[in-house]
Amino acid sequence: MNEELKAIWRSLFDWVMGNGPRPENEVIPPEPPPDLPFTLKPKDKYSRFHEATLKERYSQWVEIHGLHIFSIVYSGLSVLTCVVVVSLLLATVAELPPFGDEKNPANNEVIRRYVEHGGHETGAQNIVAGLILDYRAFDTFGESAVLFTAAVSVLMILGASRRNKQDNELSPNVNEDGKNFLQRGPPIKTFRKDDAILRGVATLSIPVILMMGCVVVINGHLSPGGGFSGGAILSTALILAANAYGFERVHDFFNERTFIVSSSTALMIYALSKGYSFFTGANHLHSIIPKGTIGNILSGGLILPLNICVGLIVAGTLYGFYALFSEGDM
Amino acid sequence: MIVIEWLLLIFLIVCAIAVSISKNLLNSVIIFMSYSLVMAVIWVLLRSPDLAITEAAVGAGVTSVLFFLALRKIGQMGHKEDEEK
Repeated sequence: MNEELKAIWRSLFDWVMGNGPRPENEVIPPEPPPDLPFTLKPKDKYSRFHEATLKERYSQWVEIHGLHIFSIVYSGLSVLTCVVVVSLLLATVAELPPFGDEKNPANNEVIRRYVEHGGHETGAQNIVAGLILDYRAFDTFGESAVLFTAAVSVLMILGASRRNKQDNELSPNVNEDGKNFLQRGPPIKTFRKDDAILRGVATLSIPVILMMGCVVVINGHLSPGGGFSGGAILSTALILAANAYGFERVHDFFNERTFIVSSSTALMIYALSKGYSFFTGANHLHSIIPKGTIGNILSGGLILPLNICVGLIVAGTLYGFYALFSEGDM
Repeated sequence: MIVIEWLLLIFLIVCAIAVSISKNLLNSVIIFMSYSLVMAVIWVLLRSPDLAITEAAVGAGVTSVLFFLALRKIGQMGHKEDEEK
């Protein structure tokens, strides 16, 4: 009885820990089929006499079956995650108030106040501009600050590597034009000199687009549009100019320094004129700037300069993204 | 007018599905552009011209340009000149 227990324990111990060093007269079986994935050194693992330790067997099993098990667990977990997220979102949607109901929380007295008194309180004919640049000016301030921060981050990250390369005079990434390219791969060809169609179209359309952008920005308090959309239109004109005439031409009048100066100035003006909302809360200070006649171009108090500020920030940011991502320069 | 709205909405849904099932990334971006344009028209019909201008400028313009840029960065534009080299 005791001997049997010892034998069982011995075999169990061998099964777990292995039975010591490999014998010298070991017979190596033929190699396993080579199409088994991830079999490392099969000669060491397959022996008739050598009892592999549990750890060895485990690692071998993982090598053979691990990827399969992992893919099963992975797909199962992904399906589970999808089901959980989708059911959470659907439950949230089911809890939303019905669309267009009179008793919805959005249909409170604020809307009537905006619609009825928005005109003579903000001086803006376009009630949306009066909302986002007078009643809710600090929200727009936050959005502009976010855009500016994003552009400055991109400028810092992409510009740092460019500056490091410029310090190194024997940079291998300088092509024939003597221009530094950020990317490690082949430089992107953003400028084709023989593209007459693009040049002609750009020559005709860039002034129109620029005028359209300026009109949308300046008439933000009178007609639909405003700083954000007008700035986006201006930036598309800049991008088109950069594609048609090359970045060097745009660089002459809009470069990194211009961007930094204009965006910082615009953001500072905005912060100085509307930053008090963070301290006074919802209570408006009495504005000494005259509202003017509704419908005139010089009306609406601070809305016109704030629109111009937002337009400058947005135009510089969107064009800066394009220039930085394509050229690594601005 | 109702018919036009329904046509635009159906086109919108078709575009949204086509963006996701299109194999070619360039085609996806172009379909996404047309999606934004149709969306801008729908914003006008919904009487929010502010959003329409923003959608046309940002959605159809700047976003697509940035997408094209990203496609060119990862080499999915299918440049024939590069292959000739």
